[in-house]
Amino acid sequence: MKARVHVTLKPAVLDPQGSAIKNALQTLGFTGVGDVRQGKLIEIELEESSDEAAKAKVEAMCKDLLVNEVIETYRLELER
Amino acid sequence: MKSAVIVFPGSNCDRDVQVALRQSMGSEPIMVWHKESELPKVDLIVLPGGFSYGDYLRCGAMSAHSPAMRATVEAADKGVAVLGICNGFQILTEAKLLPGALSRNRDLKFLCRDVTIRVETSQSVFTSRYEEGQSLRFPVANHDGCYVIDEEGRRRLEDQGQVAFRYCDEEGSVRPEANPNGSISNIAGIFNETKTVLGLMPHPERLSDPALGGNDGRALFDGLVEALN
Repeated sequence: MKARVHVTLKPAVLDPQGSAIKNALQTLGFTGVGDVRQGKLIEIELEESSDEAAKAKVEAMCKDLLVNEVIETYRLELER
Repeated sequence: MKSAVIVFPGSNCDRDVQVALRQSMGSEPIMVWHKESELPKVDLIVLPGGFSYGDYLRCGAMSAHSPAMRATVEAADKGVAVLGICNGFQILTEAKLLPGALSRNRDLKFLCRDVTIRVETSQSVFTSRYEEGQSLRFPVANHDGCYVIDEEGRRRLEDQGQVAFRYCDEEGSVRPEANPNGSISNIAGIFNETKTVLGLMPHPERLSDPALGGNDGRALFDGLVEALN
């Protein structure tokens, strides 16, 4: 099973990289571009066969290392 | 006073702080490789600046889990003084010895220049040789020096006098224009609740000898020696 963890800055945290991307898109002529936020994607191969066990494990990983909950939030996806 | 400097793979200010400590202590600090799970009995532990683990994942995230850091957290819980400079500050927040986090500088630039900071209190082992309100010139050299904390946390820091240093202009005035990186309330350094742990982004060790172009950092190390002897 593969887990995908999408980590992004919390909405209240300034994301200067997202702002720079937005400016670049507008400079390139893309119109109608709203707020841009940049994050990171972490893919993890897991031995677990049950979704529940995999979810519990990855949530623990996020808490211990992958995510700084002071400034970041995450979304977890599992793929068989 | 006895002190230890934790050396991580990617630390690059460990020697600088070793020189500054030697100068103030008159003896050698103990250099401790990050894989050591037991620390020598010391009065001060220093986490130096640098780019430990190449800043992988987040600055300081990997180092916060190294064996020497676990031992540092245990020592800090017993009241041993801990000083984290730049990457050391980032490691302290990742290890939860200090609240908040350090994120990318507002203008996305790696900032490598001198800044002026104001001493917010002289009531700590780290700042006893400074006057409250005194302006100091320290260098910064970082990409992720923007201090972030939620409103409740910020208020707690202010109420408990945990802000150690703020970015200010040359006249010592704390203004938004003097904020080099977008840090909340111009915060450049903070204490833990007992003021036995200090994390700061600017580098006192880099201006601790007139031969380096300035001596404002010297009093921080001299004060520690005086307080912890």
